[in-house]
This record gives sequence, C-alpha cells and structure tokens, in this order.
Amino acid sequence: MTSPTRTTPIRTADGVLRRVVPARHPWRTVFSIVIVLFALLAVGVLITNPNFEWSVVAKYVLAPQIVSGVGLAIMLTVVAMVLGTALGTVVAIMRISANPVIAAAAWVYVWFFRGTPLLVQLVFWYNLAILFPKFSLGSLTLDANELITPIVASILGLTLNQGAYMAEIVRAGIVSVDPGQVEAAKALGMRGSKVMRRIVLPQALRVIIPPAGNETITMLKSTSLVSVVAVADLMYQVNVISAQTFQTIPILIVATLWYLAITSVMSVGQAWLERHFSARPTARNSGLRRMVRGTATPRDAEAPAAATAAVEIVTEEAREGGDGR
Amino acid sequence: MSVITASAEVELRGVHKSFGHTAVLSGIDLTIKPQEVVCVIGPSGSGKSTMLRCINHLEQIDAGEIRIDGELIGYRAVGDRLQGLSESDIAAQRVAIGMVFQRFNLFAHKTALGNVMEAPVQVLGRDRAQVRAEAIELLERVGLSGRIDHYPHQLSGGQQQRVAIARALAMKPRVMLFDEPTSALDPELVGEVLEVMKELAASGMTMIVVTHEIAFAKEVADIVVFMDGGVIVEQGPPEAVLVHPQHERTRAFLRRVL
Repeated sequence: MTSPTRTTPIRTADGVLRRVVPARHPWRTVFSIVIVLFALLAVGVLITNPNFEWSVVAKYVLAPQIVSGVGLAIMLTVVAMVLGTALGTVVAIMRISANPVIAAAAWVYVWFFRGTPLLVQLVFWYNLAILFPKFSLGSLTLDANELITPIVASILGLTLNQGAYMAEIVRAGIVSVDPGQVEAAKALGMRGSKVMRRIVLPQALRVIIPPAGNETITMLKSTSLVSVVAVADLMYQVNVISAQTFQTIPILIVATLWYLAITSVMSVGQAWLERHFSARPTARNSGLRRMVRGTATPRDAEAPAAATAAVEIVTEEAREGGDGR
Repeated sequence: MSVITASAEVELRGVHKSFGHTAVLSGIDLTIKPQEVVCVIGPSGSGKSTMLRCINHLEQIDAGEIRIDGELIGYRAVGDRLQGLSESDIAAQRVAIGMVFQRFNLFAHKTALGNVMEAPVQVLGRDRAQVRAEAIELLERVGLSGRIDHYPHQLSGGQQQRVAIARALAMKPRVMLFDEPTSALDPELVGEVLEVMKELAASGMTMIVVTHEIAFAKEVADIVVFMDGGVIVEQGPPEAVLVHPQHERTRAFLRRVL
C-alpha cells in the first residue's frame, strides 16, 4: 500500500503540497461482493447436493474405457488438425490463384464444407457405401464398407470440414503479409513456391496461430460428434457407461473434467506459440528460451529500469520540495 | 566494392506501359552503358518508378523491349511473336538485377545476416558457410558489422536500407536498381545510405537510381534523366540537365525541388 506513486505529494499551482489518492470505485466493490456470494453458493451446491455423486465421478475418471476414449479424442484432434491445416493451406493458395478456375474451385470447396453441419458430413461419409458400394483402382477393387471404416469416415469428415475453416484462416494470414516482402523476394530471383514457403508463410503464422489455436480447441470438442458413427471416443464411452449404470450426471461430469483439462493444456500451448511467433522476432528469447536459460534481452531490461528511474526522480524532487517548506 | 564481377549494359526501346486506361510510360528510349550511373528525376507520377520496375519485370511492359547485355527481359522472340517467359526463367533473369526499394522490404522474420544469406543459399543453392562468410563481409562493407544478428525492427531506417543493399549485392548482380532509396528515411539518415551508394558507383556497378536527391545526382551520376508524363523530357550529363536545362518543364521541376 506504500507504493511511491500513490503516496507522492504533488505541489499544486496554489503552492499547497497535496497527497495523491487514486479514484474510488464503490460499484466495483459492490459487484465483487455479489460475484463472491454467487461463487460460494455454487460451491455449496456442488458439495451438498448428493445427486452429483462425486464418488462415482472419482470411480470413473480414470476408468479404462474413459481413458481410451480420451486417447481417441486426442488422436482424432491431432490427425484432423494436421491434415486439415495442410489441406487448408493448399486451398488458401488456390483461392488467391490468378487462374479463375482454380480460385473458384477453392471457393466452392470452402462454401460447401463450411456451409453444411459437421454432423451431417460425418454421417454422410459413414454411409458412403450406399452411394458407392465398390471402389476400383485398376485391377484392385475394394469394398467401400471395408475401406471407409467408422474411424476413416470420422477422419475424412473432420479433416474436410477443418480444411475449409483453415483455408480461410491461412488466406487471412497470407494477405496480411506486406506485398513488399513478395516483391523483394522475387527481385532476388525467388520463384513463387519458394517465396510462399520461405517468406510469406513464416510471416503469416503470426496471424494464423491465434485462430488456429481456437480451431484446435473447437476440434477437440467436435470429436464428440463421431460418437454418432460408432467411434469409441470419450463421448461414446460416456453414453455407453451411463446407459448401463443410469448415473448420467456423474459420468457427464467425468467427460466435462477431461475436456476442460485438455483444453486448458491447449490454451497454455497456444499462448506460448503466440508469443514465439509474435510480430517481434526477438520475442523468441522471451518465451521458452528465457524460461530455460533465465536470460532477458537488453530491450526487456531497459524499460523497467527506466520506469524505476523516473519514479525515483519524482520522489527526489518531492522530498526537496518538502524540505524547502 | 570488389563484389562486382561484371557490369551490364541496359537498353530500353519504345517501352510503353499502361495501368488500365492510364498510360504511365509512353515510349521510353534509354541506353545505359556498363559501369554508368543513371539518376532518374521527375515529379511523382511521372513513371520513373514504373520504368525501374519494368527493367526487372516486376511490371510487364505493353510494347517495346528491354534488354540487359542484349538479352530480352521477360520475353523470348519466337518468329513474329514475343513469348512471355515462364516464372522460373524470369526468376533466373532477375538474379542478375539487384533492386533496392523505397520501403526497404527486409524480410521481417530474418536477421540482417539471414536477409543477406537467404537468396544466395535458396536461389543459387550455394554452400551456407561460404555464403555466410561473404554476407558478413558485405555487411561489414556497408558499416553494419555490429548489427548482423539484429532483426529489421531493431534497426534504424538507414541501417535497414544498407542491409537491403548488401542483400541485393550478395547475388552478385550486374546492374543495380534503386527505387527512391532514401525517400522513406529521416533526413539525418539519408547521408549514410547515399555514402554506400557512392562507393558502389565508384566501384563500377551499373546503377539506375530513381531519386529526389538532386545533389547526389549532380555528384555521382554520369547521366541524369528527367521524366515527366511518362516520357523522358531530357537526358544528359548532370551539368547539362541540372544546371543548364533545355526544357521549361525541367526548369520548373528544378525550381520546385531546389
């Protein structure tokens, strides 16, 4: 409470030395009290209401079916995000093509897969065998039901849907890069593909990563939809267990806790990536590297030092003023 | 600077260029001999930057031809047609043509050294260690030996532009194009960039410099070209064009800028 800026007296124009006091915010205090009361109430309900059945939650949270469901959800998220991002990058580059046919094809893809529900797409891929019972590739003929297993249908559905969203995100990243960067690269004799790979995409990452992080979190939750096509993900296991035990609420709490835990870890990863690929490339030193090495760049160190110096000067002057009186 | 291995002749003949219905270049004829320094002056919108950008095919010309050491830029004569070159052929031609931009355009995600090394390694496929040694030497020559690991945002405008010059020189170009290289700089930083350019001129590089620095043109140029309205109004030695201009438009322009 004795921070120098708050207690430093200021000499006003009438020659009086006055103490600086921050503005008061009574409504903030009232509102804070209301929030705390509601929070206490919520905690109370969680503890006292026996229908939450916390013992059942504890029993199932590390149950083998649940853990395997979690594993599958994470696997689907990683695979669909990796494939979806690769697909989205290709589509984004197609959309900015000078050739109108290529650009239009990319537009139609995004239009279709972004404009229809993921659930519908998943069920469609699952039932592809109705449309095409057999796939022939030369002399090789495959039965659609063998080729499009529930897992394959899920990956197809999630990837194609994600590709459409990532295409828009990557395109926004590409157009955010100063056209002067492309001109400079071309003037040095770089070809288009190399300009994209070496110059444009690395700089586009700064714009791509925040929404891509959100997409990853959304994807984890979207994997719960694959339970409708009989893939044994977390939500599928939850449905199976609650159908057997009728302990619907505690089992749903188990799923909630797992989804929250994973998205929390993802948020931390996203925050780190954002710092790593920030507009100022030296920020690389302020992320993991600084945590590991314990080193700060001179720039980081200068600012606080200057701020402290300024405060000291103010206090010095105030003291002198006080003595002179 | 000893980096210059060869110096090129540049020829523009009957060059026309329009953006939509706006004619920007209306018949440009200009010959720049090896090792000559040409300064192009003129009011904004006169087509000087566009002319420069046509020379390395960042803009496509509508009529006429541009040759460097006799080689047609951007096209190949096939019978009675001029066939547009493929992207990789154009890229190969640009290797010989260095360009420095008004807004520097350093690669923001790379250090000064990374900027200079990028093209020799990625385009020419040269050995990294050797390129690195040359890049360090180049940065030293432009007075930035203490800044090789700095990112562009950590450098002043003048330092960035000197890195940009080093980056262009790393490709061992036969001609250098400068598009208003000091126009985006704070006045006190202009001198350090012009100094590097003077040294480069003295070393025998063929240079085409679009500039507003009349004093620089007077001191360094072999030929001064005055452009207005998409045509070359007059050209000649600096003394003739800048001190004893023949055309009223040149005189009016010089009165405004001097």
